[in-house]
Amino acid sequence: MDYNATQSGFRQRKLQPNMRQRNSSMEGPDGSQLFEDTSGAGPRTQSGYRNQQTEPQQAGFAGQSLLSDPMSNLAMAYGSSLASQGKEMVDKNLDRFIPISKLKYYFAVDTVYVGKKLGLLVFPYMHNNWEVSYQQDTPVAPRFDVNAPDLYIPAMSFITYVLVAGVALGTQNRFSPELLGVQASSALVWLIMEVLAVLLSLYLVTVNTDLTTIDLLAFSGYKYVGMIVGLVAGLLFGRPAYYLSLLWCCAAIFVFTIRTLRLKLLSEAAAEGKLVRGTRNQLRMYLTMSIAAAQPIFMYWLTYHLIR
Amino acid sequence: MAFTLYSLIQAAILCVNAVAVLHEERFLSKIGWGVDQSVGGFGDEPGVKVQLMNLVRSVRTVMRVPLIAVNSVCIVLLLLFG
Repeated sequence: MDYNATQSGFRQRKLQPNMRQRNSSMEGPDGSQLFEDTSGAGPRTQSGYRNQQTEPQQAGFAGQSLLSDPMSNLAMAYGSSLASQGKEMVDKNLDRFIPISKLKYYFAVDTVYVGKKLGLLVFPYMHNNWEVSYQQDTPVAPRFDVNAPDLYIPAMSFITYVLVAGVALGTQNRFSPELLGVQASSALVWLIMEVLAVLLSLYLVTVNTDLTTIDLLAFSGYKYVGMIVGLVAGLLFGRPAYYLSLLWCCAAIFVFTIRTLRLKLLSEAAAEGKLVRGTRNQLRMYLTMSIAAAQPIFMYWLTYHLIR
Repeated sequence: MAFTLYSLIQAAILCVNAVAVLHEERFLSKIGWGVDQSVGGFGDEPGVKVQLMNLVRSVRTVMRVPLIAVNSVCIVLLLLFG
């Protein structure tokens, strides 16, 4: 079996027919033994071993005969240089569209940070200092500052949400593999629309903030944690548990979002809690409140159809 | 609820088309959203309406030619695949 499988696998490769031809011309009776099926177990295993032992030699033989040819030598060198050029071009262009180096910052997390952040997402009421600490004008990596946004938790919780949605559909006998894709793309579409809406409203209100698009993506992705908690509670303990835990998580995300965005969007004085008059500050306050209020709405909208 | 990314793209194309057909003279000036009415104060307080007018004008300027291509592609896809 093993011998046959390797033989058919090797037949599908491009270089092998050439090698076979050359080798069968070089080794007559031995070559024929390698190609014909053997019925006995003994010869089969022996020729199997010989196949594996002589294959590298055949590769060496064929490789030598290939490499000694100057034209193919040149072709191989050219091909490898072309491949490395192509790879460089792809990397450069990809870096233009998706800033890979900036993305690495958002994934620089460790277990302690993840644990603290998850606790903060579910219970933000005792935390006092919500400011992001800076280090010479660049934000500190999430590993060192629990207030910094990251993309690890949103990404993981998005995937977990899709899986838990599959489990929830399975318990109601409504599951099919396409539904996983439908759930994933629906949630992704809502996420994209929410980020675009927040970006548009930030542009219209002319808030001078250092919130990047990826930061907004991270903040919008934190609500998946609450959704997972609600869904799991609903799966384990039924509908009342789902509503209770969803209510708790909605309130927690609301407070979390307001406290986080308050420092970024509002002016200095307003962020400290003093009442500052003026239409701009009012607009900014409304903007913060509406972003925070949209999170529980999305949390309910994306989970209620999964719990029956 | 069964959204796909393609329906999002279609919705985006429709919205951008809607912004692109707003005519400058015949419509926007009549309702006070023309370009000549957007030069307000020079402070740092553009206001929501001025920002919106600037957004409409820039979308119209930038997206006119790409929209031709994108709409043609969308029409062909709809004809082929329904």
